[in-house]
Amino acid sequence: MDRRESLKALVLGGVGSSLFLSSCVTDKKSPIAAGDIIEEREGYGRTPAEEERDEDLYSETFFSEEEMATISILSDIIIPEDEESVSATEAGVPEFIEFIVKDIPEHQIPMRGGLMWINRESNKRFEAAFNEISKENQMEIIDNMAYPRAFEENSPGPVFFRNIRNLVVTGYFTSEPGFKYLDYRGNTPNVWDGVPAHVLEKHGMKYDEDLLKVAMDPVTRNEVMDWNKYEV
Amino acid sequence: MSFQIKKQSTKYDVCIVGSGAGGGMAAKLLADAGFKIALLEAGPDFDPANKEQRTQLRWPWESPRRGASTTRPFGDFDMAYGGWELEGEPYTQNANTEFAWFRSRMLGGRTNHWGRISLRFGPLDFKRKDFDGKGDNWPIVYEDVKPYYDKVDKLIGVFGTKENIPNEPDGFFLPPPKPRLHELYIKKGANKAGVPMIPSRLSILTKPVNKERGACFFCNQCSRSCMAYADFSSSSVLVKPAVKTGNVDLYVNAMVREVLTNGEGEATGVSYIDKDDLRDYEIKAKVVILAASACSSARILLNSKSAQHPNGLANSSGVVGKYLHDSTGSSRMGFIPQLVDRERYNEDGVGGMHLYTPWWLNDSKDLGFTRGYHIEYWGGMSMPAYGFGFNTQALKEITGDTSRNAYGTGLKKDVKKFYGATFGMAGRGESIPRKENYCEIDSNTVDKYGIPVLKFNYSWSDEEVKQARHMQDTFEEVMHNMGAVPLGDKPGKEKNYGLENPGKIIHEVGTTRMGKDPKSSVVNEFNQAHDVPNLFVMDGGPFVSQADKNPTWTILALAWRATDYLTEQLKKGNL
Repeated sequence: MDRRESLKALVLGGVGSSLFLSSCVTDKKSPIAAGDIIEEREGYGRTPAEEERDEDLYSETFFSEEEMATISILSDIIIPEDEESVSATEAGVPEFIEFIVKDIPEHQIPMRGGLMWINRESNKRFEAAFNEISKENQMEIIDNMAYPRAFEENSPGPVFFRNIRNLVVTGYFTSEPGFKYLDYRGNTPNVWDGVPAHVLEKHGMKYDEDLLKVAMDPVTRNEVMDWNKYEV
Repeated sequence: MSFQIKKQSTKYDVCIVGSGAGGGMAAKLLADAGFKIALLEAGPDFDPANKEQRTQLRWPWESPRRGASTTRPFGDFDMAYGGWELEGEPYTQNANTEFAWFRSRMLGGRTNHWGRISLRFGPLDFKRKDFDGKGDNWPIVYEDVKPYYDKVDKLIGVFGTKENIPNEPDGFFLPPPKPRLHELYIKKGANKAGVPMIPSRLSILTKPVNKERGACFFCNQCSRSCMAYADFSSSSVLVKPAVKTGNVDLYVNAMVREVLTNGEGEATGVSYIDKDDLRDYEIKAKVVILAASACSSARILLNSKSAQHPNGLANSSGVVGKYLHDSTGSSRMGFIPQLVDRERYNEDGVGGMHLYTPWWLNDSKDLGFTRGYHIEYWGGMSMPAYGFGFNTQALKEITGDTSRNAYGTGLKKDVKKFYGATFGMAGRGESIPRKENYCEIDSNTVDKYGIPVLKFNYSWSDEEVKQARHMQDTFEEVMHNMGAVPLGDKPGKEKNYGLENPGKIIHEVGTTRMGKDPKSSVVNEFNQAHDVPNLFVMDGGPFVSQADKNPTWTILALAWRATDYLTEQLKKGNL
């Protein structure tokens, strides 16, 4: 696999190979039609300059293997596997963090420094690097960072933990398993016909009668507008 | 679809610089009328249906940065090539100026990602000076533009409702989509606070207007440009059919340096740099239309110096570049506790708000400022991207829940629970155009093509600051009345009440303003340069003032009006 090929594989990593479109799109003039399958084999709409930049970032490695191992441990503590969904590492979160610190270099020093801090703390307390101490001892350090006492809130450990937690959470919830867990329903062709009636009712809302008279009608929405009948 | 010629001896009827709203409209009408057109665009060809370029319906994980705004200011999937900074194409500022200039280099320009908010200027908007004594009146009235707004509505399509609000003229509206849940909550609070909320007016096809463009399929992603051409972007809706006539030669990656003139003070064409081979070319035409965006067109004119035009072309008045003005903007986020743990459904709708607030206080005299603003809204179960889930704990604490899930399954559940409960309000207001706000040529700086760049000088006045304060007060009042909680601190005086830097709203206009008097304006009421009869400007430059309305619909209507006039002049042999 050459560099460009491996880049492609990375870009496509975790992407479903096709996108099924619902049968709501019936307009023949539309470039997408019911049953069409759009093959996801063309990157994600980059300009040549953007593609080159991505390729450069992929060709660099920022975190050492040891650092990546710590990031993976932290990621799975922050978002573990449970009965409802997979863990952060399974959702590709450490790979996302490796990429984003290269993409947004402002993350680099706080992340690297935070990982250093964790190892120092671990050495101080348990005379071994964080990756090598027991799960129990790891959790002791994590708990001090995650639930600091008020006066410690802005000390290095807690600050680092908040930073990496943000990256883990955002990486997880922008992944395919994250979307599944969130139960996200959008980003697919459909016909919006308002808030479902039972949801409206639950919130004590109802639509304006006047608006309902003129609102988009799903039945006629594909017919070309006839202005002859229209009065301003 | 692109047809590129590097060197040619053809003399075109019309050379159009820029393929955005104004240039696209002129190209379409003139091509339909049978004129031979050269259409120049400084960026590449673009078609949202092109697989290589498409971002619509993509998922965040298709981007390794999950859609973060590292390379595109509005995120990876936003369809604007360019941004606040372009590599090798700087602009400079005078001391105390923080103007932000957004340039999009691609076929269709910024119309590929804009908000599609398509508001007509009302009768008042053309004559504000008559009412507050500030700025200047337009040389035309609403009735002059109305027939063209009507035509634009029918050709391009805009949804909305007839409301009979005096300064918010109704048009030919497609049916509006029903409001989303958070919009119903906001409306309740707004109405209690005496703030109206009506269906928005967006150029998105809830029904087709012809057989070439599909109907909206409700993905909420107009900012990514629509592959079904169900929203308005100049490239998809105007340039594409114009090129189809066979009367348009499209030159992409063509960066215009200056307008060429002859000894008699007439325009003879343009000189441009082909960005691919970095060589200079010339295009000859009977008529030149600049539609490169307000600041770019002003830059081209100011750089078109000659013995006859020592201050730049069409600039005997000295006002090219002057009266630059952008919309004001100030915003606030909030949280709707009733939407915590909400039921899931596809809430995408169209790209943008389904309800908005038009300016409602035209009759108030005691506000401390005289021009209005409208309010835009966002919220709901939108698609997560980079930044999603940061600081969920803060929302939790607002609901009085002091338990902490710093990690683990509890944290995961918290993020899920609070999804879709935040929203935002953004005021977009009219600023008062002033001669002291301008762009000029920075003679010490050139871009990578050797073209002298623009230098900006711009400051807000007390009017705009007070307007922003009013926006912030309104946001809080509406939020209070709807049972929502404002997030973050209310921006106070030290922050100019959250007033964005000029340029940030990307409605900059006014640099080649129209008027009856050639001493104080650049073009006449038909967008024709006073000094150079065969030169027209059809972007936002000719705006005398820009109302609190997004400029695109008016750019389109005025471009149509100007092109009708131009066509008549060409047919009469006057040009």
